[in-house]
Amino acid sequence: MAKFADNMAKRAGAFMNWVDERLPVTEFWDAHLAKYYAPKNFNFWYYMGSLALLVLVMQIFSGLYLAMHYKPSATEAFASVEYIMRDVDWGWMIRYMHSTGSSFFFVLIYLHMFRSLLYGSHRKPRELLWLFGMVLYLLLMAEAFTGYVLPWGQMSYWGAQVIINLFGAIPEVGETLTQWIRGDYFLSDATLNRFFAFHVVAFPLGLIGFVVLHLAALHKTGSNNPDGIEIKKNKGADGIPLDGIPFHPYYTVKDIFGVALFLILFAAVLFIWPEVGGLFLEHDNFVPADPLVTPEHIKPVWYFTPFYAILKAVPDKLMGVITMGASVVILVFIPWLDRSPVNSIRYKSVWDKVLLGFFAVAFVRLGMLGMAEGTPAQVWEMRLWTTVYFMYFVMLYFMSPRSKTKPVPDRVTH
Amino acid sequence: MSSDGVNKGRRRFLVATTSVVGGIGVGLAAVPFIKSWMPSAKAQAVGAPVEVDIGRLKQGQLLKVQWRGQTIGILRRTSEMISELQKTVEVLADPESVEADQPEYVTGDPRALRPEYLVVNMHCTHLGCVPQMVPEVGSQPFDDNWNGGFYCPCHKSKFDLSGRVYKGVPAPTNLRIPPYSFLDDRTLMIGVSPQGAV
Repeated sequence: MAKFADNMAKRAGAFMNWVDERLPVTEFWDAHLAKYYAPKNFNFWYYMGSLALLVLVMQIFSGLYLAMHYKPSATEAFASVEYIMRDVDWGWMIRYMHSTGSSFFFVLIYLHMFRSLLYGSHRKPRELLWLFGMVLYLLLMAEAFTGYVLPWGQMSYWGAQVIINLFGAIPEVGETLTQWIRGDYFLSDATLNRFFAFHVVAFPLGLIGFVVLHLAALHKTGSNNPDGIEIKKNKGADGIPLDGIPFHPYYTVKDIFGVALFLILFAAVLFIWPEVGGLFLEHDNFVPADPLVTPEHIKPVWYFTPFYAILKAVPDKLMGVITMGASVVILVFIPWLDRSPVNSIRYKSVWDKVLLGFFAVAFVRLGMLGMAEGTPAQVWEMRLWTTVYFMYFVMLYFMSPRSKTKPVPDRVTH
Repeated sequence: MSSDGVNKGRRRFLVATTSVVGGIGVGLAAVPFIKSWMPSAKAQAVGAPVEVDIGRLKQGQLLKVQWRGQTIGILRRTSEMISELQKTVEVLADPESVEADQPEYVTGDPRALRPEYLVVNMHCTHLGCVPQMVPEVGSQPFDDNWNGGFYCPCHKSKFDLSGRVYKGVPAPTNLRIPPYSFLDDRTLMIGVSPQGAV
């Protein structure tokens, strides 16, 4: 028996040699997993990236199956989604998997981005990593928006109407631009068909491409960590960072643990509460699109509501659109607005923590207000939190180089 | 390979000209793909005028029809509604409809050929939602001193019963008035101006 096992191992080794001479499989495995050293002090926040990658794969897979039954036509789209839900074997599960996945994707990405703000993961030398991440975030928003239009329910229709008309606010070319995007004088079959094409081909390809760049940039600089210390500064005699551990098996195992917990939560939502009270799947979207009637209470899905609240806070069309655009674009500049001498929040002053806290509260509160009815009092609150949101960036720029910091240790802490 | 005897000037010239010619080629090749997004010939053809029977429209009733994919509202206003129009002038952004997109033959507070019938493009000039008609005068959740009008659920824009926009709301201009004419007392033609009018 032992001899047989030896023999098999020898053959497997010979086979790998044969492959490695033709394709650098082992080289790639070592460079990115077995001999890729990551800081040993990762915590809860470091689950988000790998989970987001898992959700991307799940979305592509469930989306592929949905595309087999869905019809991208204004007359058939709504009925084909209902057909998937009622008549296709397990169609309801595949569709709920896709809809639940989209909301979870944003939960993970928002936590992933917040992690960067906590530990300074966007700072030198990881600015490109952050920029690729921002491109991924924009692509994800475009993917989510085009996908949301596909069921051709009331929310799909009127949400798309509002978002496309945002471009109409641009002076001179606005009208032509909206016609160009719609492919018609109003939101129609032509619009739905091209959104489908972008949703299933262009944006997913873009997402995959930028995930590759995001990971390539990550593996060039190496991961940041909760202490914000460069582990490459302290290397052992063997050239391996003293505070580093190989990604495989240590973090692959940690991530599998995270995956298991995540999938339990995911399955609970998928099977028990897939609409989440109208938060993940909105009630009005179970009504077929009607170009004559706007639903009484129109709002985007929860992950866009912070920006929607900022749009509603400004009582002018063009300025509203510019302010909303700025609230997304300004995130791109965070690596250069943050001028603190230290990376991690752990070694920053209490005022830095208060500032970041205000920013997080503003974002969440704007998200809640964006979903609300929009009474005059709520509009004033939107204005307040919009101001707080933008003040974060101003304060970050002026406060970060001046505030008191604590001494940063040489080695990571536990 | 030795780089002796390389004519660097010629090499630069070739790289530059190849880039320029290639760039122009890519630009020209992009044109059909960009143009293919514009409304197709079929979409352009569906723009015929719409004939509407308004004979059975009751006072205070709003009828919605589609013209060129747009929702057009026809409101038969009561005499109270018409007299109410002057009272809202103070809170309106453009009571004279100077900035408004409307035919020249539509004038004054009623913004109509015949004051009784308001014919209006229902799409909010902010982001294109269709506002609801809230004709009741009095306190509303969105306005304490409401004089009756249209209220947009999307971004809280308000218009009076002539489609004129309120001050301090996101919509920049009054609701649009499409070209229209009366064929006879009970038939409306949307998309065609009265004869002789521009």
